[in-house]
Amino acid sequence: MSGALVLFWVFAGLALASALACITRRSPVASALWLVVTLFALAALFVLLDAQFIAVLQLLVYAGAIMVLFLFVIMLLNLGRPGPMDVKGPVGVGTAFLLGGVLLFQLWILRRATLPSSIQLVARLQQEHGFVAAIAQPLFDTYLIPFEITSLLLLAALVGAVVLAKRRL
Amino acid sequence: MLLGPALGVSAALFTLGVFGVLLRRNAIVIFMCVELMLNAVNLTFVALAQQLGVAGQLFVLFVMAVAAAEAAVGLAIILAIFRHRGTVDLQNINLLKG
Repeated sequence: MSGALVLFWVFAGLALASALACITRRSPVASALWLVVTLFALAALFVLLDAQFIAVLQLLVYAGAIMVLFLFVIMLLNLGRPGPMDVKGPVGVGTAFLLGGVLLFQLWILRRATLPSSIQLVARLQQEHGFVAAIAQPLFDTYLIPFEITSLLLLAALVGAVVLAKRRL
Repeated sequence: MLLGPALGVSAALFTLGVFGVLLRRNAIVIFMCVELMLNAVNLTFVALAQQLGVAGQLFVLFVMAVAAAEAAVGLAIILAIFRHRGTVDLQNINLLKG
């Protein structure tokens, strides 16, 4: 096994284990912190998959901004202390395992996807232009309109969050 | 070379997210499981982008923007529900149930 593959499985195992801890912890704060560990492990996987810029964004946007928002709301609502376990009854657990098992079986087939390993488009682009420019060039060229629409979406979310969370306008 | 394992890991992560959504009752934990599913999809995008071109990484960028917007609005909704009902347990929030 090459070094990259060993590192990949180390971080993949970390991501899966902490995701499992995230969905089983009783306290929402513990769940949120385990989710942060998952996000960090995923950022490491992104680096191994030639997506260095995305990995940095993952740390800044997800592990930084979004998780702080989650923890802030948990602490604002004073939900931090672990209450009684909130898992659904036996019928709910049975349904979850059935649906989850079928879904995992269906998605597992994706693993067989193979592409000719000779094409390494991204690595070549990054060598020619650098990590950021390889993403920035198509972002402001081919995908300029979706990028601008994203700013509208964020504005709408901003206004919506203020309207929803404010007691009286 | 990492494509197959990465797609497998992302399948497992997505399933864990679905498990969380189906099993838990706390609205905030369910919300975190949705973020987990979004991240599993991001992993798929990045794994395929490695060989198919940089567009997959751009989509991850857009997914992140949508996730940020979704988190802000969703948490505001949870906040409003908590003010109204005093709980975030989804068992007690059944106004839309016929």
